[in-house]
Amino acid sequence: MTTEKTYSVPTMAEMMANGDTPDILFWVGCAGSFDDRYKRVTIAFVRILNHVGIKFAVLGPEEACTGDPARRAGNEFLFQMQAMANIQVLNGYNVKKIVTACPHCFNTLKNEYPDLGGEYEVIHHSQFLQQLINEGRVKVQDGQPFKGRKITYHDSCYLGRANKIYEAPREVLEALDADLVEMKRVKANGLCCGAGGAQYFKEPEPGKKDVNVERAQEALATGADTIAVACPFCMTMMSDGVKNQNREDTVKVYDISELIAQGQGL
Amino acid sequence: MQVIQQVLFAAALIVSAVIITRRVKYIAQAINLGRPEDRSDNPGERFKIMLLVAFGQKKMFTNLTVALMHLVIYVGFVIINVEIVEIILDGLLGTHRLFAPYIAPVYPYLINFFEILAFGVLAVCVVFLSRRYITRVNRLQAATNEELRPRWPLLDATLILVFEIVLMIAFLSWNASDSVLRDRGVGHYGELKGVVPDFLISQYLKPLFTGLSDGALVGVERATWWFHILGILFFAGYVTYSKHLHIGLAFPNVYFSDLVPKGEMKNMPSITREVQLALGIEPTGGEPVAADGTQANENGAQPSDIGRFGAKDVPDLSWVDIMGALSCTQCGRCTAACPANITGKKLSPRKIMMDTRWRAEEITTNRQKHGNDYDDGKSLLGDYTTVEEINACTTCQACVNACPVNINPLNIILQMRRFKVMEDAQAPASWNAMFSNVENNMAPWKFSPSDRFNWAEQVNEK
Repeated sequence: MTTEKTYSVPTMAEMMANGDTPDILFWVGCAGSFDDRYKRVTIAFVRILNHVGIKFAVLGPEEACTGDPARRAGNEFLFQMQAMANIQVLNGYNVKKIVTACPHCFNTLKNEYPDLGGEYEVIHHSQFLQQLINEGRVKVQDGQPFKGRKITYHDSCYLGRANKIYEAPREVLEALDADLVEMKRVKANGLCCGAGGAQYFKEPEPGKKDVNVERAQEALATGADTIAVACPFCMTMMSDGVKNQNREDTVKVYDISELIAQGQGL
Repeated sequence: MQVIQQVLFAAALIVSAVIITRRVKYIAQAINLGRPEDRSDNPGERFKIMLLVAFGQKKMFTNLTVALMHLVIYVGFVIINVEIVEIILDGLLGTHRLFAPYIAPVYPYLINFFEILAFGVLAVCVVFLSRRYITRVNRLQAATNEELRPRWPLLDATLILVFEIVLMIAFLSWNASDSVLRDRGVGHYGELKGVVPDFLISQYLKPLFTGLSDGALVGVERATWWFHILGILFFAGYVTYSKHLHIGLAFPNVYFSDLVPKGEMKNMPSITREVQLALGIEPTGGEPVAADGTQANENGAQPSDIGRFGAKDVPDLSWVDIMGALSCTQCGRCTAACPANITGKKLSPRKIMMDTRWRAEEITTNRQKHGNDYDDGKSLLGDYTTVEEINACTTCQACVNACPVNINPLNIILQMRRFKVMEDAQAPASWNAMFSNVENNMAPWKFSPSDRFNWAEQVNEK
C-alpha cells in the first residue's frame, strides 16, 4: 500500500501572491464548479494534472460564466458584460494559455473573446489529454479496467462541428485499449444531445420525442457499456437519456478524463 | 422565310435578355435589402472553397450515388451550353450547324459528347422524379415537411425536372430529324452529307422520323430546333423565379460563405461600446457604431439609421443571409440533419431559408410598386417564422454543416433570437431566470458565487 497521494488546487490569486505563474489556467466552468456530477469530472482532471505534475492554477471564486448560454439565447448585452468582466480578470493575471473541460466555454473563450480583447491560447481537455498521452506522460497501466470493453463516444457539437475536434477524444479513448464502437451519426454528422443553444436551461419546444432520448437510443444500439462524453451538458443529457431507456444499471456515462483517471488508478 | 426566322429569333433573344436583366436587377435589389457586411477578406481562401464546394461539389459527395447523378445534370448543363453558342449563332445568321465545316474532324465527337450528356441529364431527371414520386425520399415530401405544403415549392421542383427532360428530348429529336434530312440530301441539310455523320444517341431515334415526307420532316426539324432554343430562353427566365436559382447563386454564395469556425457567433460592436461604457472601460471601437454595424461618419454625426438589435425582418439581416436564401434549392439536407426537426419540433432550417426568401421577394416587390418607404406591416419573424421555431434550435450547426452550398440558417435564427430578447424583451420564463442567475450569481444556476470553488474541498475525498 502506497502512501495516500494528496492533490492540490492552486488559485491564480495564491500563485500571484507567491510571485509565481502557472503554465496553464484550468477554466473549470459553471457545471464543473456547481453540478454534482460534473464536479467529479473536474476532480478527475485536477488529479491527472497533479499526477503528471502540470503547473496549473484555477481562478476559483474569481471565475464567472463565460456568457455562452446568454448569448445563444439572444442576450448579447449580458454575454458581453460577462465576457468583458472575465477578460479583465484573465488579462489582469496575464493569462496566456487556458484548458477547459467544457466545449461551450472552450468555443467562447477561443473564438468569441478575441473580438472583445481577450486573446488566449485555448485548448479543450480532450486535446490536453491527447498531448499527455502522445508525450508518454500518461500511460495506461497493464490490466487496466477497460481492456476489451465496448465504449462509444458522443461528439459534442461545440467541440466537433464547431471546432473540428473529432480525433483528440477518440485517441484518448483508444489509449484505454478499449473497443471503440461508433454510432451511426458521428463526427461532422454527429447528432446533438439536445442541450446546446441554451436549450439546457428551458423545457424543449413541443415535439414527438426528446433529442437526448433519440441520441441515447443510438448510443445504446452500439452495445457499448460505456458512453464517453467530453461536455457537461452532453453528460447530463446522455445520462438522462440512458435513464429514460431504463439502462442506467448496465450502461454508464463518463467523461473521457474520468476514464483516464480510472485507468491511472487516480 | 429564312429572314423571318432570323428576325423572330433576334426578337426572342432580345425579349429574353430584357426579362433576365430585369430579374437580375430584382435579385440584386433583394440581396441589397440586407445590412452591409464585409466579406472581402481572404480572397485566395474563398476562391479555393468556391472551387471545391461549388465547382467541385465536395459536400454533395456525402452520398456518392446522388452526388454522381447531380454531377451528370450539372456537367451536362454547363457543357451542353457550349452547343447553345452554335445554336444561337445559327439562329441569328440563318446558318445550319455553323461550326461543322470549320471543325469537321472533331465536330461529330463534340456532338456525340453533348448527346451522351443530354441522355444522362434525361435519365437522371427521370430518376430524380421517381425519388420524389415513387421512392418518396423523406426530405422531399410535403407530408413530412410543413414548408413543402404550399403548392409552389413542389410544383417548382417538378417543373424543373420536366423542363429538362423535355428540352433534352427536343435536342435529341432535332439531331435525329436533321440526320434523316441529311441522309436524304434535302436542301441545305444535304450540304453536310459526308461531313457530319449520325450521332451516338440520336441515331436510334431516326426510325421515328423516316416515315415522314421531306416537308413534314423539315417541319419537325424546325419545330424541335425552335422548341429547344425557346425552351432554354424561357427556362433561363424561369430560373430567376425558382429554387433552381442555385445554379447561378451557389457560386457567389460559397465564395462569400463564413470562414470562421461554425461555433463562432458574430460580435455586435454596437453593444461592445455600451458595455465598455457601463463597465467604465475606455471604448475600443472609436466612433459610435449603430446596431447594424455602420460607423458614424467623419464629422462625428451619428449613423442615420440606428437600426435594431437582432433581426425582426429581412432588412435587419446581412446581405449574405439573403443571398443564402436566394441560393437555397430546398433540398432539405439541413432539415434532415436538424435534431429539433428529427424529434418532431416545428423548426426546419429549410423553412427558415424559404421564409427569408419569400419575405425578401415580398419586400422587393413592394418597394418596386410602392417605393422604398412602403411598410406592409408584416415581418419575417411573426408573419413567416414563429418564435416556437427559433426557440427549438440547439445551435448544433448540423444544418450549416449539411448545406452543399454553405448556407447558414443558424445565423438567421440567432439574429431573430437577439431581436426577441433585446428589442421585444420576450424570452421563455426559464431563460429569463437563467439570465438573472448569470447576471447575479455569475452562473446560469442559482448558486452563490462564493461557493464556486467548494468543489476543491472534495479533491482528496475517495
